This record gives sequence, structure tokens and C-alpha cells, in this order.
Amino acid sequence: MDFAPKPVRMAIVRAQGLGKTYRVADKQPGLAGTLRHFVNRRERTIAAVRDVSFSIEPGEFVGFLGANGAGKTTTLKMLTGLIHPTSGTVEVAGCLPHRRQAAFLGQITLVMGQKQQLIWDLPPLDSLRVNAAVYGIPPAESRRRIDELAEMLELGDELRRPVRKLSLGQRMKAELLAALLHRPSVLFLDEPTLGLDVNAQARVRSFLADYNRRFGATVLLTSHYMADITALCPRVLLIHEGRLFYDGGLETLTQRLAPCREVRLELQAPLGAEAFASYGDVEAIEGREVRLLIPRERLTEQVGRLLADLAVVDLSVSDPPIEDIIGRLFHQGALA
Amino acid sequence: MGRYFSTLRIFWIASLTAELEYQANFLIELVATAGNLVGSIFVLSLFYGRGQSLGGWSWEGALVVLGVYTLLEGVTSTLLQPNLSTIVAHVRTGSLDFVLLKPIDSQFWLSARTFSPWGLPGIALGAGLIGYAAWKAGASPAPLTLLAAALMLVASLLILYSLWFVLAASSIWFVKIWNATEVLRSVLVAGRFPVSAFPAGLRAFFTFVVPVAFLTTVPAEAILGRASGPWLLAGGIVAAGSLAVSRWFWQFALRFYTSASS
Repeated sequence: MDFAPKPVRMAIVRAQGLGKTYRVADKQPGLAGTLRHFVNRRERTIAAVRDVSFSIEPGEFVGFLGANGAGKTTTLKMLTGLIHPTSGTVEVAGCLPHRRQAAFLGQITLVMGQKQQLIWDLPPLDSLRVNAAVYGIPPAESRRRIDELAEMLELGDELRRPVRKLSLGQRMKAELLAALLHRPSVLFLDEPTLGLDVNAQARVRSFLADYNRRFGATVLLTSHYMADITALCPRVLLIHEGRLFYDGGLETLTQRLAPCREVRLELQAPLGAEAFASYGDVEAIEGREVRLLIPRERLTEQVGRLLADLAVVDLSVSDPPIEDIIGRLFHQGALA
Repeated sequence: MGRYFSTLRIFWIASLTAELEYQANFLIELVATAGNLVGSIFVLSLFYGRGQSLGGWSWEGALVVLGVYTLLEGVTSTLLQPNLSTIVAHVRTGSLDFVLLKPIDSQFWLSARTFSPWGLPGIALGAGLIGYAAWKAGASPAPLTLLAAALMLVASLLILYSLWFVLAASSIWFVKIWNATEVLRSVLVAGRFPVSAFPAGLRAFFTFVVPVAFLTTVPAEAILGRASGPWLLAGGIVAAGSLAVSRWFWQFALRFYTSASS
């Protein structure tokens, strides 16, 4: 039996009532609007993030979901200290991010799919040398870490080629290497798989899972690709119009947002939509193939009836793709 | 501190590697700088043609001022210009984020990140002209004179740097600031002549508003061994003040940085 006391888990990321408002120019389009704006500058305040609170424990892998402009990137920038919060408090790795102390910066990293830090005209190894110097990593240690990370990322010769000659996938992997050379314990990843093909996405994904396991790093990930979230994040934060809408397990979110499951049928002969009215909502009928939405609690009963009543060749049950669900709910304003 | 030196070494090796791909540039820059210098000397010689002088300065003394100016131009092309344009690009594309996330002083990174060897001919020519003209003017290389000269040259570089950096930092609000740098450049051209050559109003402007006087005239006085204590002190104070203002201004500007959208 193990009588050792459980270690007290301290949150490594803590946001309390976090808010950020921007002042933006209110400008009409066209020349007249430009002139009017030039003479009489009018500004309006936009709340990008409002009263967001959550905490993340060391080693957690958390997905950060939300539509474009929901406030994900603004939140990430406050967590990394790039911008000052307008209200509320943030604490990451025991530090206040916007002070940007060396002790804090040495523990975190930010990877952005749309921005790059590698020097365009030089091979990644030159950028890595700069990073090693800046983070004060001795040459031998830096070589060891580069080898280790390169192996995990399946990077080899690419590190010696000018960055501009690399493919998008290779470049992203090299960016990850540069961002992780100082072995940060908190990773903020903003769309790290953006624009990558399916294979490259999968490789980045398995690398991130591997890194999280091997170094016990905490990861907060935003992604447009639901596959990234479902593969990596047991817990998700869902943000909508600057407010935290959901914080919990991905499973629960799916159940809450998608009380129905999708049933695909292949029939021996085509049937009209009215034939399925008593089983569930018809999503689509294409010849002999039918897609139905059936509430979770009646699933077993209805599938039994379908099999008994109709001439079914094949039947499968799945969750509708989560991006569809979220997209639909945001679209309908059901989350407001 | 050691980390800053090793970082600087790696910064400059990386920039040299990138720049040395274009060897022809070196020759072009050498010819251009030499041509510029010959032109400036010719203009200066016009003032001295008929035994006149410029603001009470001898021909050799005026050449020392021109030498200091050429040296500053060289430093501008080597360090200030390339780094300034990088700061503006960082703000425009949002890659300033990566600089701010490094555990190293962001002003240091932005000011020292790139090093362009193309200004070196200017620095060499400037130094050569200073040496030659000072020797012709009969300046004595006494240790105290050399020390004062070195101090005033450093002060002049710090003032110039601070002016450029504050301008570059203002790109956080204005993003495009090329016009402003052009204005600064043309004002600094005044530094080719001793400040006493200008009418009283301009002289005050170049001493107290844009400290052009401290950029070339005061160092030249020190090189010629005629700098008075109060001017040396003033030079030191202006330099330290400018540097402090540039640091404060950068921290202030960062509070308004919103980082280009991603």
C-alpha cells in the first residue's frame, strides 16, 4: 500500500477575471470617411476578452476552442505577457507574465502557425545557435537537445538548408524545435498545424503528445483542426465572444453540445424520408444511403427497431464532427 | 553580462554570413563613401577658398568635424540603419512577439541584432580623415586629450543611437515612420560643419533641440585638444540623458504594443 501523501498540485496557469479591451478607430469606408476620420478621429472600445477565469495544472494538455475573433489569441498574448490585461490577473509558472522576467520567459514558449522566428535566408541551425546563446544553453547541451528534438520531429538534413528552401511542414517542425530548445515547461501553441497537409499535421500532433509525456510539459493548444483537439486534449476551454463558455472534458462538451448521435444506414432499396420519421431526424438521403440523428438516450431502442423493421444492409453509429456542432451552435446563436 | 557578449558574437557572425553572400557590395560601398567624402571636402574647400574661415574654424579643424561626421555615417550604415529597419518590420509583421518572449533585454536585441559590414569603409575613411586632419592641425596626442576625445566620440554615438532608437520605437504607434527618419537624416547632415558656422538661431536649435553640436563639433573640439571642462561634462550628461530617455521610451511604447493580429 502507498501511504505517501499525494503531492499538492499547484496550478501552473491561473487566470482570474481576465479582460482586455481595445480602442479601435471608427472609420467609414471611402475617401469621405477617411477625410472625416482625419479631422474628427472617433474611437470605440471593443472588449476582446471579458471576465475569463480558469486554471491549468502542470502536465495538462488543454485545447482552446472558439470561432475566429472569439478572443483566443488575445488570451494567449496575455498569458505570455505580450499584452497587458485591462482587468483581472494572470499568473503563469508563479510569475506575472507582463513583467516578462527572465525567470518567466525561460519557462514558457509560444508557437504561432502564422508567424515565424527562424531567419529566412539561413539554415535553421543558425537560428538555433542564436536561441541557444540567448537562453544561455552551453554548446554541448544545446547540441544534445537539438539531436534529441530533431529525432523526435524526424528532422535531419533540413536543419542545414536555408529556411526559404524548406516545405511548410519542415519549416513548422524546425519552428517547433527552435521554440522548444530551452525546454520550456509551459507551451502555448496558436494554430501550430495551420496549412499543413494531413500527414504533416499527424506528425506534429504525435510529436506534441510525445513531448508532453516525455517532459511533463503543460500545453495550451488552439487549432482550427478538430482532429488536433480530439487527439490531444482531454480537457477543453471554449470561448465565445470573449467569454469563457465551457471548461471541462471534451467528452462532456460533445454530449452537451451534441445530444444526438449520427446513424448511417445502407438499405437494400431506396425509401422516402417519411419512412424514417418515427426513428429520428433525417439529415440526408442519397439513394440507398441515409443519415439520421437520434437522441443518445433512445439510440439503442431506435437502432433495434430500424434493424427489425427495415431491410438494412449496413449500419454505423458515430458522433457528428465536432466542428459542425460548434459551428452550428455558434451560427444559431445558441451559445449566446 | 557574459551571455550578452556571446549573444552579440553570434548575432554578428550570423549577419556577416548572410551579408557576405554579396561581395560586390563592399566595393560599391567603398566607392560610394569615398565619392561622398570627396564631394564634402570639395564643398568645404569652397568656404576656405579665399582665405576665409568657417565659424572661426581652421581648414584642418573643419576637416576633423567632417571626419567625425563620416565616422558617424559609417556607424549608421553598419548598425543603426539595418537594425532600425528590422524594428519597423518586426512591428509591422508582429514578429516582435518573438523578440519580447526571449529572456534577454529587448532593446539590446533590437539594437544589436544585425550588423552590416557595408558601413565599415565609412568608419575607416572617417577615422583616417580625423587622424590626418588632427595631425595637420598640430593636435598633440596627449593621454588626456585622447581620453577626452574617446569619451566624446562615445557620447556622440550614444546620442545618435538614442535619437534613432526613439524614432524606431515610435513605429509601435505609427508603423510606417520612414518620413520621420528622412527628416532626422537631413537634419543630421548639418553635422558636417562646425556648429559655430550656423546663424545664432540655428546654432541654439542644433545644440539644445536636436543635439547635432554634440554629435560632431564637441568631439572634434576634444580631438583638437580644445574642449573645455563644461562642454565635456555637458556632452556626458546629454549622452547619459538620451540613453535613459530611449530606455524609458521603449518601456513606455511597449505598453501600447498590441502585436499584429495572427
